[in-house]
Amino acid sequence: MVQQLGYLKETPSQTAGPYVHIGLTPNVCDINGVYKTDLGTVMVNDKTLGERISVSGRVFDGAGALVRDAVIEIWQADSVGLYNSPSEMRGMADPNFSGWGRCATRADDGVFLFDTIKPGRVPFKDGRKMAPHITFWIVARGINIGLHTRMYFPDETEANKTDPLLLRIEHKERVDTLMATREGSTYTFDIRLQGDRETVFLDI
Amino acid sequence: MSDLPNRKPETGAFFARDREWHAPAFTPGYKTSVLRSPQRALLSLDGTISEITGPVFGHSTIGELDNDLIHNFAKPGESAIGERIVVHGRVLDERGRAVPGALVEFWQANAGGRYRHKKETYLAAIDPNFGGCGRSITDEDGHYAFRTVRPGAYPWPNGVNDWRPAHIHFSIFGHGFAQRLITQMYFEGDPMIWKCPIVGTIPDRRAIEQLIAALDWGNTIPMDARAYKFDIVLRGRRSTMFENRPEGN
Repeated sequence: MVQQLGYLKETPSQTAGPYVHIGLTPNVCDINGVYKTDLGTVMVNDKTLGERISVSGRVFDGAGALVRDAVIEIWQADSVGLYNSPSEMRGMADPNFSGWGRCATRADDGVFLFDTIKPGRVPFKDGRKMAPHITFWIVARGINIGLHTRMYFPDETEANKTDPLLLRIEHKERVDTLMATREGSTYTFDIRLQGDRETVFLDI
Repeated sequence: MSDLPNRKPETGAFFARDREWHAPAFTPGYKTSVLRSPQRALLSLDGTISEITGPVFGHSTIGELDNDLIHNFAKPGESAIGERIVVHGRVLDERGRAVPGALVEFWQANAGGRYRHKKETYLAAIDPNFGGCGRSITDEDGHYAFRTVRPGAYPWPNGVNDWRPAHIHFSIFGHGFAQRLITQMYFEGDPMIWKCPIVGTIPDRRAIEQLIAALDWGNTIPMDARAYKFDIVLRGRRSTMFENRPEGN
């Protein structure tokens, strides 16, 4: 026998189910009066620094059908690349920017929408800069464990070329699945759960 | 956002997730997973600062009745119908350390198994005094608690005669976005647990047992509410003593 490590096992994930809105966005599903507002609906205020952008998109299943019952959360750095988190050791993030947003895909057209700012660059473990990106987490009925991915910016061509995560993608044609498209100040990021042009998901 | 007291900052990457312990994405017994499961392998990467960090919510986020589902949607002087229970437990990490300041959100059906949701068509009645959502933030010891009514089992369109066991959905934020977790809590002794295709997505019986709350007689409040204890374990963090991070984190 050797010494016991004594680690606990992580609580196993289960699907968020079709009624996830009751818990995470109750005002969206007409449970009003319990919470004043749903958490994560406002990421910026008048004083937030940085370039205002909208991030919008839809989620598709393996048959190309819209996933209308998903909840998306995003997490990102502020305009100079600092996270609003106690684990951020490099400096004080913009106090007028939460960095975190939550949005349900709409029941009719399946669209999610975040009003946020374009994030600055943050370092990879070895000090190289990562390209600006937004971290995504997707849960829904039929998804047993939340899916992590990232959205990158198509107008950051040079930074994207040297991004350590994008460089790790073996099949280069799949890099495009993490790239938003831009129209004015709106970036569109569609997520494909399965099949043709399947989004790269992360074990991270 | 944060009003955590002074603690040693947590900057280590998280233990790799044991994906043999969790359910795989493709679990055909749970039919919706068939078209909603990625077919390509996940891209594995040691956690970067984008995943090691995460939002932390202040206690000011929480309203007075947020952890009382018996009253937080009820008309003044009224309360939800059903078996009154207290659900409580601790949020820990894999190293057994408390996770203070963790936001825990929960949602559930009413005592008859009916959700308050426009997509729900089950014929069991809505309870006019029950909404079904609540939340809490863990204290210094990682402890959370809420009052509610025990949810009922309900049928769902998967197999011809599939019923969900009584359950409460949980969503938990630790201190890093990589710890983000949604799961479901079941009740000790419920025979429905072992018939459920969603429970059955988890391959290891010991992992399923980790989702079953124990009847906690010690904390049961006489003449008021029975108690169930449900501890939650989030991913552990590596020690940073040998980390090689030239830029701060």
